[in-house]
Amino acid sequence: MSAVLEVSNLRKTFGGITAVDDVSFEVREGEILGIIGPNGSGKSTLFNCVLGQLTPNQGEVRVDGRVTTGMRPCDLNRLGVSRTFQLLQVFPQLSVRDNLILAGQEHQGSMFSRLIGHPDAGLGPAAEQMIAFFRLSHLSDEQAGALSYGQQKLLDAAMAFMAGPRLVLLDEPAGGVNLTMLGNLRDRLQAYHAQRNATFVVIEHQMEFVMALCTRVLVLAQGRIIAEGTPQDIRRNPVVIEAYLGH
Amino acid sequence: MNRLGIIAVVAAAIVAVALPFFLAPFGIYLISMWTVLTIAAIGLNLTLGYAGQVSLAQGAFVGIGAYCVALMTQAGWPYPFAFVCAGLLCFVIGWILGYPALRVQHHYLAFVTLAFTTLVFLVLRNEEWLTHGIYGIDGIARPTLLGWSTGEALDFYVFSLGALTVLAATTWWMLRSPWGRAFVALRENPIRALSLGLDTRRYTLMAFAIGSSLGGLAGALYAPLVQFIEPSSFALGLSFNLLLMVIVGGSGYFFGPFVGALIAVLLPEWLRVTQGYYLIVYAAAVMIMMALCPSGLLGLAERAAKAVLRRDPPPVAPLRIEVTEP
Repeated sequence: MSAVLEVSNLRKTFGGITAVDDVSFEVREGEILGIIGPNGSGKSTLFNCVLGQLTPNQGEVRVDGRVTTGMRPCDLNRLGVSRTFQLLQVFPQLSVRDNLILAGQEHQGSMFSRLIGHPDAGLGPAAEQMIAFFRLSHLSDEQAGALSYGQQKLLDAAMAFMAGPRLVLLDEPAGGVNLTMLGNLRDRLQAYHAQRNATFVVIEHQMEFVMALCTRVLVLAQGRIIAEGTPQDIRRNPVVIEAYLGH
Repeated sequence: MNRLGIIAVVAAAIVAVALPFFLAPFGIYLISMWTVLTIAAIGLNLTLGYAGQVSLAQGAFVGIGAYCVALMTQAGWPYPFAFVCAGLLCFVIGWILGYPALRVQHHYLAFVTLAFTTLVFLVLRNEEWLTHGIYGIDGIARPTLLGWSTGEALDFYVFSLGALTVLAATTWWMLRSPWGRAFVALRENPIRALSLGLDTRRYTLMAFAIGSSLGGLAGALYAPLVQFIEPSSFALGLSFNLLLMVIVGGSGYFFGPFVGALIAVLLPEWLRVTQGYYLIVYAAAVMIMMALCPSGLLGLAERAAKAVLRRDPPPVAPLRIEVTEP
């Protein structure tokens, strides 16, 4: 299997603090990689460096073999790298359908062709399909801001999948979601993964969610990778238990 | 737009066409001024209301457009050509002014654009070789288009109302395209928009450029309407006034600028009976209005319509964006 994402020797410092310290890993096609670690271990900084939201001090990021370090998030997204956010990031005053059309419209044609094109950019049916896939059909005309927190989380994930991405990075998808909705979200992510052989990277605190979803897990502590393996291996690894329960 | 909204727009259009036949020349002048200011406010509503970029420079663009047309027509260029040039010139300058907006936001951006307005005012006042300085430019002719002279008040009103209709329809069409959705995304969450592949830099510059261009076209109508322009007409006061129109009408509502400009044109006239106190009364009225309905008059109308139609509790988010509707 080829690597969709390769991260090599990535380092990011903020003043005197090294948030990500010489991290290297790769994500293979079709896998669901979990990245776990205590608070402040550098997970989100790592994500933001990979996604072009932060510029790393050192190291390189490659997507399908192409160097993307320092690329703007919008260009990276159009290369097929998509993400969800830790805190809710939908457009509350657009309808659910418009949120999804927006997530796909920049992936086709030029800026000018979008101006003279159809109002829904030809994405209406695709948006409805995605809405149905995430079981939100009854809400497609509602403003996104009127949805419950869990429904907005589903919408957030749907938006990340809308353009048929090569790689999706999910930043704490389970955060603040109740158990029923969590099961729902996991079920949808797994179904999408099975249908499209999609590649995911998931940052998560909720261990059960990671263990049930991921095929491989990386453990980050103080900016470094301290363990790697299958969910079963990680659960039993004394170094990981120390990092989480020590201090 | 729901049925109630369509009825309101059609009724307003009929009034706009029929009204001048019942008015004295000064009344026609006022409603012509309304069409001109509405065009400028539509531009600012695009930049501010939809794309979320605060600008205190719209008055300066009206000035640039007005001077462009006045100078070009007096140099012998045909009016339609000067009109297009005013729009293009403001598009380019607006695009350039958009660059600071990529780095600063909100009140910092307000300061940048405020400085720009002051700069334009100083250029208009001090560069006498070009602008005639404080003496201004007088005797600006009203255009003759394909043999139709717009010299009379009524003719000019028909011309400016036509221009308003064409420009408003174009803006409406643009806001219904994927661009409108992108502008709203820019206002609501630029970081998320960027992560969804939106080139927020280009959309921000485009919002500034198109909004400014509408300001310039308003200026291109303003010059032949008043037939005498001078720098102080385009100082900060006009920019604040246009901002007021957008906010009072309802920022982010397509028809907000129409209502806001009407208030801004009519209220001072109605308040003339109060003589020296009219500015105080005007300011107090605006303050009370903003305290009671921060989403503007159209926001208030929408809340009222919803209360009547559905008897639902009022929504938490006051704005509703027209673009999203089929």
